[in-house]
Amino acid sequence: MKLTQKKCMLITVFAGSLLGSSCTAVKEYQKNRLNDGEMTLSARKVQKTEMSFQTYREGASGANGGKTGGGCGCN
Amino acid sequence: MRKTCLVVVGIFLHFFSGFAQSSTDSGYESRKLKLEEVNLVSSYYHQEGNNSAVTGGIGTEKLTDFANVIDVKLSKYDRKYRKHTFTLEAGVDAYSSASSDMVDLKANSSASSSDIRFYPSVNWTVENENKGTTVGFNASSSFEFDYTSFGIGASFGKKSKDNNRELNLKAQAFFDQVSLVTPTELRPGGGARRDEDDYASSARNSYSGSVSVSQIINKRLQLMVIMDLIKQQGLLSLPFHRVYFNNNSMLAEKLPSSRLKIPLGFRANYFLGDHIILRAFYRYYQDDWGLKAHTIDMETALKINPFISVTPFYRYYDQTAVDYFAPYKTHAVTAAFFTSNYDLSKFNSSFFGTGVRLTPPNGVFGSSHFNMLELRYGHYSRTNGLNSNIISLHLKFK
Repeated sequence: MKLTQKKCMLITVFAGSLLGSSCTAVKEYQKNRLNDGEMTLSARKVQKTEMSFQTYREGASGANGGKTGGGCGCN
Repeated sequence: MRKTCLVVVGIFLHFFSGFAQSSTDSGYESRKLKLEEVNLVSSYYHQEGNNSAVTGGIGTEKLTDFANVIDVKLSKYDRKYRKHTFTLEAGVDAYSSASSDMVDLKANSSASSSDIRFYPSVNWTVENENKGTTVGFNASSSFEFDYTSFGIGASFGKKSKDNNRELNLKAQAFFDQVSLVTPTELRPGGGARRDEDDYASSARNSYSGSVSVSQIINKRLQLMVIMDLIKQQGLLSLPFHRVYFNNNSMLAEKLPSSRLKIPLGFRANYFLGDHIILRAFYRYYQDDWGLKAHTIDMETALKINPFISVTPFYRYYDQTAVDYFAPYKTHAVTAAFFTSNYDLSKFNSSFFGTGVRLTPPNGVFGSSHFNMLELRYGHYSRTNGLNSNIISLHLKFK
């Protein structure tokens, strides 16, 4: 588990440095591309059932905005 | 089924249109409840494989699932000009599973061969646009023959003053009950068919915390980092999964009563030129059962024109096995925990396909309330032989 913590720390620091650096202040009127429906920072709604079957058929889950528990997926 | 769902959407639209008010140019926001949108997602899923956990890691995994989810989003402003959004959602899955049919090895078509899952949920958020904060609460549930689940959650979001950065915190808890449906050979007296109420049940609880930060980097690029921490406790094995040992004996699957999961995700969306959007997702996952996984998902949205997009995608996934996995008849009888569920074995998988999204300015098929149609197909292939196909349809009405 120590290795995990170290890896998580490294990834978090890397991600944090990406988020915190090289940012340009973007005004509301400059966000026409960012506000495009395809630019949403989440899975598409049409992917809802895809994400469900992946959660059932694979051991890993989470960190994608989907459900983190509940429901069986027993089959 | 699809016809029924369309009728339900029609009724919803008709009913809630009575609440709708057109916005005015003065900036006045209605305090009456307003219908924002109705979404309908339908999908058909089919899989084939030969490593069923019900029969100890061998045997068919053939399964079909027809899922329909509808959500209705309503909003209103209160006296303090805070926006309240209510989302009511209901989903129904109808599935048939050849492996579940083998809970009773002698039956041609047992009670477990098909089932319906019903999962309603509600979500309420309060957004203060002046302060840039959003507070939310949700409740969810899921019902099927051998499993019930109830969940509650709360969330908090805070935007930066320039709206270029956002922090979100989320906490959720799920309280589940697993019916103890064991293979018929392990039931006292051989196990005749019984009703749901005849089975005892055991608890499975999940608690999760989530932190995400999104950041606009420039006019074309935005990023997000998500970290979840998930703790599960209770009966985490399934009582009808068989495990055959190397001395030919058989028992139901047994797994530890606690599991800690740590997934860390990263998203990046980039608008390239005027017609291409690149969407990327990466996730690292590790838990205390010994499973480690990497997920990479790439999607390109090609804008044929402002109203039509084509979205080819590819997803690669790789995982190690949990410490307690072994194939058919290879577990030692001395093992404390054991499973032959290939979903927890070492494998990698590929998932690829494409989607089409239509958002015509005058509505889909000329219907002004029919705002968007998205159709998506994907093929999934696992290195241990499991293959599946899924086709999904999303309709949005406003």
